[in-house]
Amino acid sequence: MTAAPAPQRTRPAIRQLLGDNPAVVLTFVFIAIFLATDIVNRAQEGQAFLTLTQLSTTFLFAAVLGLMAAGQTLVMLTAGVDLSVATTATAGAFMISRFGTHGAATAILVALAVGLGIGLVNGIGIAVFRVNALIMTLGVSTITLGLLTVQAQKQFTSLVPEFVVTLGSQRFLTYIPYDLLVWAPIAALIILGLRYSGIGRMIYAVGDNPVASRLGGVRVWQVLLFVYAMCGLLSAAAGILLVGFNNAADLGIGAPFLLPSVAAVVIGGTSIFGGLGGYAGTILGALILTVLDSLLTILNASQAVRQVLYGLIVLALAAIYARATAASE
Amino acid sequence: MSATTAEGTAGLSRRGTAARLARRHGWTVGVYVLLFLLVLYWRTQTNLPWGPFDVQSLAIDALPLAFAACGQAIVILSGGIDLSVGSMMSLVNVVAAKYMVHMSLEEALLFSLALVACAALAGAVTGLVIVVTRVADIIVTLAMLFVLAGAALAVLEVPGGGVPLQYQSLVTIDTVGTKWLPAAILILLGSYAVLWLTMRRTRPGLALYAIGSNRPAAYLAGVNVSATRVLAYAFSGAFAALGGLALTAASGLGDPNSGTIYTLNSVAAVVLGGVSLLGGVGGLLGPIAAAFVLTLVKSLMILRGVDQNYAQVIQGTLIVLVVMLGGLAIRQKAKGG
Repeated sequence: MTAAPAPQRTRPAIRQLLGDNPAVVLTFVFIAIFLATDIVNRAQEGQAFLTLTQLSTTFLFAAVLGLMAAGQTLVMLTAGVDLSVATTATAGAFMISRFGTHGAATAILVALAVGLGIGLVNGIGIAVFRVNALIMTLGVSTITLGLLTVQAQKQFTSLVPEFVVTLGSQRFLTYIPYDLLVWAPIAALIILGLRYSGIGRMIYAVGDNPVASRLGGVRVWQVLLFVYAMCGLLSAAAGILLVGFNNAADLGIGAPFLLPSVAAVVIGGTSIFGGLGGYAGTILGALILTVLDSLLTILNASQAVRQVLYGLIVLALAAIYARATAASE
Repeated sequence: MSATTAEGTAGLSRRGTAARLARRHGWTVGVYVLLFLLVLYWRTQTNLPWGPFDVQSLAIDALPLAFAACGQAIVILSGGIDLSVGSMMSLVNVVAAKYMVHMSLEEALLFSLALVACAALAGAVTGLVIVVTRVADIIVTLAMLFVLAGAALAVLEVPGGGVPLQYQSLVTIDTVGTKWLPAAILILLGSYAVLWLTMRRTRPGLALYAIGSNRPAAYLAGVNVSATRVLAYAFSGAFAALGGLALTAASGLGDPNSGTIYTLNSVAAVVLGGVSLLGGVGGLLGPIAAAFVLTLVKSLMILRGVDQNYAQVIQGTLIVLVVMLGGLAIRQKAKGG
């Protein structure tokens, strides 16, 4: 912004590839980090990490983050950010254990409805009343957590339905996690929807230039309302898988996923300024972060080290992408 | 923007200086009136004798948020946002509590100064990262939020540590003259005067407002935009450190999560204090008063027997509503009101 436009120069091939097609580079990064984890695991535990079981576990773990980051991707494509995803997932998890005695279907419906509700509140504030996205979602997150804390203090029977536990933690055909049955169709729907549907194109348009979109006849507020509502819904779905995996809900169940949800999107090459990126990159970002998490577990890294490391990764990658895209313009 | 200016100049001759003052400082005065009314209400709510001690405890409660709001306000004035304020406060809090335990008062004070300087430096590094990498300030400070919170956890995993008793009593000692002016308020006003009043009318201080209200224009006018942005984040770091030290003095403990709530609350105080989230408009006195208002609202709710978690819910709702109204006000102005 402050400097004069950079003179045209030939870019290194790797940078060009990263700017044009991050998915290819990210796949290599994923494979590389998986191999690194294998080497470390052989050295530390004397066991291979490069097995089908571990690959399957990686996908099983990654689904929760992948769903949360899906909502985050949609929001960030419109140049927004949703800091309430973790609390929304916690709310979804809570609803499952609260209404578990009423059967799995009821519990899941309630959880999704709550997620959609939170998303709609965010969307109305941001799209209709034009509150800053950061403040609105942070505020809604605070409010939701307060309400959940009050709820948690009341006595209630908590039970996670068997169906949800299976969905969140079991596999079929030895290697295929059940949660992939949730994640894969949603992923396909988002990737195709962003590319081919009208609303998908409008999400990019609004993120790229909201004024031009409005002048071009796009009802910007409807698009924004849609992405925040979807983000709430997807986060609640992530919360359902999460409570199925943990088999119990507590108030902090979603919190560790907040920064990774942003990190996965940033790693995946979606610009924080909107209009650039997509969900395919985010999926790879979620997988990379999940393997990294396994690596840190093998290395016995403390929560403190993880937080610092995730923060630094987000910074470094955001910087690399900023350079790659700045050079291509 | 230009429409507002034209309207403003035309109106100046008609409505005169009083109107201009009202427009410029009306919001801040309004916040102070609100604070005054809340204090009056507070007085009617307590059956126990109400006196200097209550004012003092309010001041001590509000001090960390007031400092956080000052730091946040400076960054927002410059057109940015700092999400790492809360984590910086936690980090300073645990470092202070961990190392001050066996210090004398003099050593503790020197250590505090060093901490403020280090935090200013850390803030400057954040600013530098933003300027050099050209990554959005939200992302950089969000990442810093986690880096600093992680560092705080590494320093002190569970609440602990301590500070010299005299250090704690710094915020509670009787001040000369009147008992109605708590030491906490003197410390706040002193820091405000030293750090901000000396700055505001100088070149860098004006540059801060300039880059906040119109960055390309400021750049064309010869303002060093990058250096000014770094400066803003350095200020934010210094004020966050003061907030962390205030937390330490108030609780006498270090807690790696002590600062978490201050990120959102500082933004809320800034907006309630009349600073535009778009940058360039407002000052620090408004946010300071807003910090007292937010603190008082919460303690009033707890005083009336509202569950502490509901108090959090109500406060969150108020914050969102305040920001909503602030946004409406900006749009009304933009329409030429």
